[in-house]
Amino acid sequence: MSQLEIKALHVNLAEREIVKGITLTVKPGEVHAIMGPNGTGKSTLAKAIAGHPDYTITSGEVLLDGRSLLEMEPDERARAGLFLAFQYPNEVPGVTIANFLRAAMQARLAEGEELDATGYYKQLYAKMDSLKIDHKFTSRSVNTGFSGGEKKRCEILQMAMLAPKFALMDETDSGLDIDALRIVSDGVNTLRSSTLGILLITHYQRLLNYIVPDFVHVMYDGRIVRSGDKDLALELEAKGYSWVKKEIVHA
Amino acid sequence: MSSLSDTELIPTPPPSENSANSVAGIDQALGDFSYDVKYALDAGTGLTEKTVDYISAVKKEAPWLREFRMNALKAFFAKPLPTHWATRDLENINFDKIRYYLASGQKPKRTWDEVPEDIKRTFERLGVPEQERKYLAGVEAQFDSEAAYSNIREVVSKQGVIFLNSTAALREHPDIFRKWFGKVIPTGDNKFSALNSAVFSGGSFIYVPPGVKVSHPLQAYFRINAENFGQFERTLIICDEGSEVTYMEGCTAPKFSTSTLHSAVVELVALKGAKIQYITVQNWAPNVYNLVTKRGLALEEAVIKWIDCNIGSHLTMKYPGAVLKGRKARGEVLSIALANDGQHQDTGAKMVHAADETTSNIIAKSISVGQGRSTYRGLVHIPRHLRGCRSNTECDALLINTNSRTDTYPAITVRGDLNSVQHEASVSKVSEEMIFYMQSRGLTEGQAMSLAVNGFVNDLVRQFPMEYSVELKRLIDLEMEGSVG
Repeated sequence: MSQLEIKALHVNLAEREIVKGITLTVKPGEVHAIMGPNGTGKSTLAKAIAGHPDYTITSGEVLLDGRSLLEMEPDERARAGLFLAFQYPNEVPGVTIANFLRAAMQARLAEGEELDATGYYKQLYAKMDSLKIDHKFTSRSVNTGFSGGEKKRCEILQMAMLAPKFALMDETDSGLDIDALRIVSDGVNTLRSSTLGILLITHYQRLLNYIVPDFVHVMYDGRIVRSGDKDLALELEAKGYSWVKKEIVHA
Repeated sequence: MSSLSDTELIPTPPPSENSANSVAGIDQALGDFSYDVKYALDAGTGLTEKTVDYISAVKKEAPWLREFRMNALKAFFAKPLPTHWATRDLENINFDKIRYYLASGQKPKRTWDEVPEDIKRTFERLGVPEQERKYLAGVEAQFDSEAAYSNIREVVSKQGVIFLNSTAALREHPDIFRKWFGKVIPTGDNKFSALNSAVFSGGSFIYVPPGVKVSHPLQAYFRINAENFGQFERTLIICDEGSEVTYMEGCTAPKFSTSTLHSAVVELVALKGAKIQYITVQNWAPNVYNLVTKRGLALEEAVIKWIDCNIGSHLTMKYPGAVLKGRKARGEVLSIALANDGQHQDTGAKMVHAADETTSNIIAKSISVGQGRSTYRGLVHIPRHLRGCRSNTECDALLINTNSRTDTYPAITVRGDLNSVQHEASVSKVSEEMIFYMQSRGLTEGQAMSLAVNGFVNDLVRQFPMEYSVELKRLIDLEMEGSVG
């Protein structure tokens, strides 16, 4: 059975422990939301799973379909079926979205195998249509001079094309106004399927009005302090993060 | 054709020198690849008056040309290496160990079928892209010193265009050759233009008659295929009034362990309203000293455009330029340099404004990888008495690793109040975050680097003909392959 298993994961950034033992299993078709105040280790968790070189896993395990991800390079993890949607996607000047995605798809083929260009563009345009993205978008350089909303749509488009088994979405709502938020969450909802597991990281409950999670986990000081269903997010919204601190952590 | 008679005369090389075929059985283990070729014509190693005599005799040259070469040799000996501004690395060139003339001893081939299999195999290894294969029937390919293959001249000669190797052109069209030869770049311009003037061999001569627009780009391939063998081609392109031509030069070379010298001189003459575009994509072996002088003369409303890509070599020093001598003349240099470990790309551009309303544009991009070093040197000169001149310089450097190095030395002299000049320079680095972003999409670190570098040069590469941009992209990929880890 396909699943992403995070087991007792501890992560350091510059000798400081940020993630202090997280255990979580995501199955295909599930959307897990991780909520928590700023600086609590949510983004660190996502980047560490994706293999960012600044983060050191001090103990614990991350398994994708039973295979350990931790010994793999970030690109091997991606090819194994992991996708990280960035909070702040990087610019790649001079490289068009079309060429960037084409290179990423080519990288998934066996040595000597050539991506069929016609089929690729057909697929790209079909995905863009379903996400309501203008075809002209593909000739722009990746994230270069993009608005916050355009960057996030570019992430969603990449996610659609690369068809991961598990997506880590880091603060997908950051920097978005309400219209952009709706567009991006519509995109995510379009991609929701029984074969995709999503770990959705967010600071605000409002995103969860658009992308309704199956599970909600509250993270505080590097740990998951409470898990529940979507009602937990509403409770958190009503009581605020100070409630987490007082009632949950010190209870 | 009378131009092929070079090979009929095989004089004995100077007796004090090494035997002619000492380079033929090259050790395959030394480098990438090389095929056994019998060098029938060889001036031996080292440079003396005898060497120049030998070259002149082989080519059955007119007395004025022999004299020209001898004077150039004197100038070469008299001039010091330009180490007061250039790198002292030049002192490592051992001029006594270089072979100054070498021909394959084969007649230039008229059809592709007649080209020897080993030469074809080399082209294969050089990875001439499929798109270019169809052009190959029209390729002027210089095999070592002499053209091993040429027939495009038949196509273009219908338009009255003369396209010959320089040896043949000197013999068949001495008047027009001599009129412009050494006029754009005088023998004494620098030590290496003097060297080339003394021992030049090969290279192309093109004359385009008034009003003729040559539809196909004319191409030439150059490479070095013998250890210690220097290549000194001499190219002269003259576009008569209102004519246009594009010339493409691709250079690749197999690897050898000892230093090799390449020192070409390229002169362009664009008469009133003419347009010359000269494109170079080169990938020299990492032991080559590539010291080239390239300059164009643009008369009224004429355009000189250099597109210059320097990959490989141990040291490249090259500053294509234009002398804008007629009103509204335009000069342009678009250049890309990639310096890998142990390489120094010292490149740039020279724009000399010598008439009113002339414009110049320089866009230079350099990439330094590992301990590679790139240097931009630019010269823009607009004297006080001119008006309405405009000049723009943009130079951007990309550093791949923390120990890469880049330097920029722009020398811009603009006098008078009626001219305008712009200069922009930037240095950027491929950040770890950018690479991680690309890796998280499934690209390996090497693929991510390649893509970042290709993106950096993309706006320039888009201006290249299709087949050259494909080739350049592959060269960059090859260079970046070993740059990570």
